[in-house]
Order: sequence, then C-alpha cells, then structure tokens
Amino acid sequence: MLDAKIPSGPLENKWNDYKGHVRLVNPANKRKLEIIIVGTGLAGASAAASLGEMGYKVKAFCFQDSPRRAHSIAAQGGINAAKNYQNDGDSVFRLFYDTIKGGDYRAREGNVHRLAEVSTSIIDQCVAQGVPFAREYGGLLSNRSFGGTQVQRTFYAAGQTGQQLLIGAYQALERQVALGTVEMHTRHEMLEIVMIDGKARGIIARNLVTGELERHFGHAVLLCTGGYGNVFYLSTNAMGSNVTAAWKAHKKGAYFGNPCFTQIHPTCIPVSGDHQSKLTLMSESLRNDGRIWVPKKQGDTRKPYDIPEEERDYYLERRYPAFGNLVPRDVASRAAKERCDAGYGVGTSRQAVYLDYAYAIERYGKAEVNKHNLGHVDAATINRLGREVVKEKYGNLFDMYEKITGENPYEVPMRIYPAVHYTMGGLWVDYELMTNIPGLYALGEANFSDHGANRLGASALMQGLADGYFVVPYTIGNYLADEIRTNAISTDHPAFVEAEKHADDRIRTFMNIQGSQTVESFHKRLGKIIWDKCGMARNEQGLKQAIEEIRALKKEFWSDVRIPGNINEMNPELDKAGRVADFIELGELMCLDALERNESCGGHFREEYQTPDGEALRDDAHFMHVAAWEYKGDSSWTLHKEPLIYDVMKPSQRSYK
Amino acid sequence: MQHSTMNLTLKVWRQRNSKASGGFETYPVPGISTEMSFLEMFDVLNERLIAEGRDPIAFDHDCREGICGMCSMVINGRPHGPWKGTTVCQLHMREYKNGDTITVEPWRANAFPVVRDLMVDRSAFDRIIQAGGYISVNTGNAVDGNAIPIEKDHADSAFAAAACIGCGACVAACKNSSAMLFLSAKVSHLTLLPQGQPEKRQRVVEMIDQMDKEGFGSCTNTYACEAECPKEISVTNIARLNREFLSAALGSGD
Repeated sequence: MLDAKIPSGPLENKWNDYKGHVRLVNPANKRKLEIIIVGTGLAGASAAASLGEMGYKVKAFCFQDSPRRAHSIAAQGGINAAKNYQNDGDSVFRLFYDTIKGGDYRAREGNVHRLAEVSTSIIDQCVAQGVPFAREYGGLLSNRSFGGTQVQRTFYAAGQTGQQLLIGAYQALERQVALGTVEMHTRHEMLEIVMIDGKARGIIARNLVTGELERHFGHAVLLCTGGYGNVFYLSTNAMGSNVTAAWKAHKKGAYFGNPCFTQIHPTCIPVSGDHQSKLTLMSESLRNDGRIWVPKKQGDTRKPYDIPEEERDYYLERRYPAFGNLVPRDVASRAAKERCDAGYGVGTSRQAVYLDYAYAIERYGKAEVNKHNLGHVDAATINRLGREVVKEKYGNLFDMYEKITGENPYEVPMRIYPAVHYTMGGLWVDYELMTNIPGLYALGEANFSDHGANRLGASALMQGLADGYFVVPYTIGNYLADEIRTNAISTDHPAFVEAEKHADDRIRTFMNIQGSQTVESFHKRLGKIIWDKCGMARNEQGLKQAIEEIRALKKEFWSDVRIPGNINEMNPELDKAGRVADFIELGELMCLDALERNESCGGHFREEYQTPDGEALRDDAHFMHVAAWEYKGDSSWTLHKEPLIYDVMKPSQRSYK
Repeated sequence: MQHSTMNLTLKVWRQRNSKASGGFETYPVPGISTEMSFLEMFDVLNERLIAEGRDPIAFDHDCREGICGMCSMVINGRPHGPWKGTTVCQLHMREYKNGDTITVEPWRANAFPVVRDLMVDRSAFDRIIQAGGYISVNTGNAVDGNAIPIEKDHADSAFAAAACIGCGACVAACKNSSAMLFLSAKVSHLTLLPQGQPEKRQRVVEMIDQMDKEGFGSCTNTYACEAECPKEISVTNIARLNREFLSAALGSGD
C-alpha cells in the first residue's frame, strides 16, 4: 500500500508541524553516518553542500568532469519565489495555487504548499552565496513574469539563471569538499543500487576514465539525477542526461511515478536536418515581450516582414485573451502544433511559428525616448534604443539564436517550435522524498512529486533547490535517527559482490554482441517512435503500436548493437549503450502509462479526450491519482494508484481564456 | 538560410590515455551540411569510424548550448575556433568552405593532462575553487534577499564575471598556460558583492597559492585569454585581482 506520509492538519501548518516533531540526529552521530548522492545538479549539489555542513559524511558522484557542468546550468529564464516584492498580490498561497492549477490537478497539495513555503528562503540563501540576480537601480532584486501566472515572481540573472544558481550550489559543495565533509567523484556513473535487508545501502559506480567498477557504501542513497527527456533522442537536455540511475532503482523495486508526464516546451529552435543532435531552448521569458503568430493564409511563403498586420494570426492572443502569449507551456505547445498541422507553419520545414520582437523593440524604444526626454526622434532612433533594451534583457538568447540559425532575430522574427524539455514523471517519493525503498531518496527532476501533469516555467530551479537545501536536510534525519547503531557495512558484503557482478555481466554482454548498428542509430529510432506516438498528442492505437515497435527495437538492440573499444578504458560508446538500453525499457513504460491514462491532462494529451475547442479533457472521477508502476521483470509492470486528495483546491477545467 | 554540403579534411589529435604518446590522424569528412554544428560533424565522423570498426574520437561535450563549459577543442590553433564569444558546440559549419582542412587538438597545458584524444583533466579548476572560491554561508543562515541593496552597476559587473563557464580556454590560449582570467573572474564576482567582503583577503591569497601549486604559468599581459574567452570575460578582472592581491599581501591594516 502506497503511503505518501502527508502530515495531518491544515495545509498551511503541515510542514511547520512536521519540522517541529521530526526526529533529529545529534552532531556526534551525524559524523558516523554516510550519505551517497548521485548527481550534482541543483538538487544534488545543494543537498551535498547542506548535508555536509550539517556534519554527515557525504560522497557525491557525477558523470561530468566537474559538478559545475550538470545540466541545471542550462536553465535560462528564472526561479519563482513567493516574495511579493512587487506588491502585486503574490503570496505562498498564490504560488501554491498556480502550481497546482498549472499541473492540471495532478500534484499533491501537501508537497506543493511546502514548495511554495520554502521558495522564499531559497532566494535569501542564493543571495547570501553571491548569486548575482538581476537588480533594479535602487539596488533591490528585479522580477519578471512567466507563463501560467499573473504576478511577477520570477527572479533571474539575465538568461543564465540556472548557471548562476548552480555555481552558487557548486561553490557551496566545493567548500565542503575542502572541509573534508564531502568526497567528490567526477566522471563516475552509477550502475547499480546495492540493497541489504530491504534497505538501500550503497551503489556500484563505473569510473568512466579507467572503466573500473567501484563499490560505495552509504546509510542512505540520494538520487538527484535529473529527468529522462533524452528518451526522445532530440530534446533540450544535455547529451549525457540519462535515466540510468533512476531506472536501476526502479528495477530494484522503486516505483516509477507518472512516466508519461513529459513537458514539451513551446519555444525551441526548430530541427534543421537529420544530423541534429539536440535542440536548443529559447527561454520562456521571451514570451514576456515577444508575440507569437503565423500567417492567416495556409502555406504562405512570403517573408515575415512582407506579411501585413491584418494577415497575421496571433493565435495565442486570439484563443487565450486573459493570458495571451503567457499561457502555460503545454497549452502553448499544442496550439503551435495545431497551427502547423493545419498548414499554417512557416520556414522551409513548415514546422515552425514566429516569435516576433518588432513590437517590443518599438515599445521599449518609445519608453526610452520618454524616459530621457528626447522629444521627436525618427523611427530608426526608436528602433536602436529599443534594441538596446531588448539586448540587455535577452541578449545572450538572441546571440545564441543567430549562431545556430544564421538569422538575426533583431531583424526578422525567430522561428520556433515545441521540443521535449522536462519530465514531470520520475521516481515515486513520499512527503519525505523517500522512494518506497527504505533509505533511497529521489530529489529534483528525478522524482515525480511537485509539478503534476505540467510544470510551470521557473519552477524546476525552485524545486531542485527546495529539495536539496530545505527539505531533505530535515526529512533524512527521520530515517537516519534509526540508523545511528548501524556501523558502516563492508563492501565485501555479498550484496555488493553480487551487484557488482550484475553490472559487470551486463557490460560484458554489451561488448560481446559485436553487431552492426551503432548505439546512436538505435537511440534515434527510439526517439522517433516516442515523439511520433507518445509526444505532444497520443492515441490508443498509436500507443499500442509504439509498444510493439519498442519491443522489437529492444530485441534488435540486444542482438545487433556495435560497441567499439574495450571495457577497461574510457569508452563513451559503452557508457551510451547502457543509457540507451535503459531508455528503451523506459520508453515502453511511458507508452503503457499513457495508454492506461484514459484522459487528457497537462502535457498528456490523449486525442480521444478533448473538449469541443481542443483543450485537455480531464477525467477526475477515474484518474485523479498518481500512477506508480512497480517493475515485475522484462516488459512487465504492476500499477499502484495513489489517490490525490484536494482539501483546499477545487479541481476545475483549467481555463486561461 | 541557404544551405549546402561540403567535403572537408580533419586532422585530429589521437591519444589513447594520459600516459600514451599521441599524434595527428587525418580523416576525410565528406557531405557536411553548412547547417551542422562543429560537434555534429564529429558525430558524423564517429558514426562512420564505428561502422568501419575503428575507435571513435573521444571529446568532452554535454549541453551543446555554450553554457556547461565541457566542450574544449583547439581548432586551427584557436581555443573554441574562430567565432568570437562562442564555444565549440555553438560553432556552425557555415564558417567553412568546401575543401578546407581543419586541425583539431585538445587544450594544451601541464595543468590539464590529456585524458583521451581531445579530452583533458580540468580538475585543477575545481581545486582552485576549493581554495576559496565561495562565500562561507551555511544553508539557513541567510537574511532576506532584499536586506542588503546592491548597486546595479556592481551587481551587473559581478554577473559579467560570474558568467565564466570554467572551460579553460583562457589557459589553452595563453602561451604561459596561466589561469589568471579564470581565477580573476571568480575573485571579481565575489569581491564586487557586499556578501563577499569578509573573506576577500584570505580568498585571493589562497586561490593564487593553489593556482601556483597546480602548475599554471604566470600572467604576462598578452590578453590572449580575453580574445579567446567564449564568454568574453574582461582582462580588467585581472587588474582587479592584482589590486586585491596587493592589498591583501601589503597589509591587513584596517
């Protein structure tokens, strides 16, 4: 039976009451307790730093050459917090409300309220670490708007917010490394969870430089390994982002929550050809000022600036007047797909819409003229002044667009199209962020917990840091308080030996296949199946077909993959093979979950379930639950349901009109 | 954009591990689209090498958006290649013409030993940060984010310095393999903020000490670092570092 362990009592008191009564571990005992942290992005680095500061013995692992490179670094737009510095009516309750609604009523009230509560402390902590957030002339912190909200609560550092927050957490982590509380293992990949007497007690990791397998003990293991968007092959994730650690945990018994909940981000640079290796996001913050449109005429091949105003369809403003270009991501993505599928797409592929800055440039230019009392100036001057303002706000994004496409976005509208960006699904965790395996935790994007069926912009950074800085440091004590009498277990224990052998056997199996097709080619084929049939729109027939195709692909992979090189050396193709093999298995579960969920909600859009005007049609009577899947062996799972109970929110048809 | 395909020749540094000696190998790479990124050209070449039963070329890369700092190639003698303010992963093939020969090497510096082919070990940078590249504030110790107003100019300058991605191009560009741009960017970032003041003396002294221990060379003001930095970190940071170091070394009079 799944117990989410949500504390009782009124929503706004749950976290405080929990903190007031949770068990503690005294400082002397903390020094004896070892914690393994896999992944050093925002969640992992913040957890490692905080737990190290508290006195625990921490071992942290990342596959990159430094913890500063984790993919959190690429987050552009910002981080939400209910500070209400803008005096525009924000509050903890509003942030909670927006997040639950944005998630289409598929997230837990208790978790989300806690997230909103701790959001304000995150900003304080980051400022204290020296994170250089954007500021106003008065020296105070600046905010901007993001999708799915009507207040300005997003803190940012130009278009590099993730970078600055991660560097803050990374520096805090390196400080603990210097102090000896954290032992850092870079270029390491976790390949197995070690279980002893039903508890997570360590990991097997591969040293990616030497190829050696290593055994590491921990009284608890924290997976902070990010999301699984790369199952689609093309996504905004980094090339190395993978599901392997989470998947190994799943195969050892940890339930996987809502795997079909994936986020397709509306504003990415479109695919340019078959060689494409990844997709690049253009921050949601661009929708603050940019206007999205397509021509009113199908198949219009005129240049964008040759299309007169009255022949343009600003379809988001038309369909959703209340939120306009700032509707949530799932809504904006589907609307773009709808226009392109109907034949209104632009660019050579016709799979793109325009994101236009001409109005913003003019508006900002005029504001500058007023501000500096310039009187009557010509249009060229207004344009120049406007561009300067836009450059300060979004310069790095505009430069990136130009480098990739060769087009100047100050002159012509950007072409954008939705792309896979984030995964709301992940390892099932309870209120304490513990999976159903005792001693095994999942933090940040690796867990399923806070974003329901759709994540709002600027909430991923918030959740990663909330989990690492302010949640797990409290909740882990509740488990470790019972572990103070457990001495470190020798890594000669049979469970370690067996887990290492399992990892080693798998590597040898890979190398012995000696087939004819590259790992990359399998990954591309998997991505295409999932994108076509379990992407922005899904239906029963397609999902059933996808499952068949994935099973066939899996068979082919295990009989015909070719991996060059040797085991006992650096071998990136071997690393990739392990990740792709896991993605193939996950892909099947995603389709199964999407097939089982006979409703549309958030990013999960089943074509059979939509309102007459094409919006997602939820079925609260049958699907107001978390789908938690238990692994039962090859292509076999059991579904457990955790009912979602709304004491405060009143689930309703989400409307942004 | 008009796109076309080209036939190119790559001369790439191959080295099995840190102990082996390395050398250049030449590979024809036909059919490269002008729309590809430089790393996507390597993907194409590697796929072919694997199909031919040869070892693919190892290179560091991850985000492919120019922010993680992992990619690191010296292209025709220039770290990150010819585009100003651009990492290798953002360099696109429309820069090149049909028939071009391109030479690709790893970062070259004693403090960055080659791991394999084009990958190097940059853990020295992490150790420099460990020596003092932080503000000592435990989780939970912070005051309200708006309690201390920070002049916008200072915040903006701190941000500009903090934009460093730690890729090491500055070291690869410098004839002395100096890490001064990297180090000065961190010292500037933290010293420009009021939160960074209490530890500023100790920080600068200990970080420089660690840099010397790692075997990076001295700065002789050639500014090659600034010219090649993909984030266009300014050498004025080095001037600030020198001032901070001097004042820390000269006295703690106040």
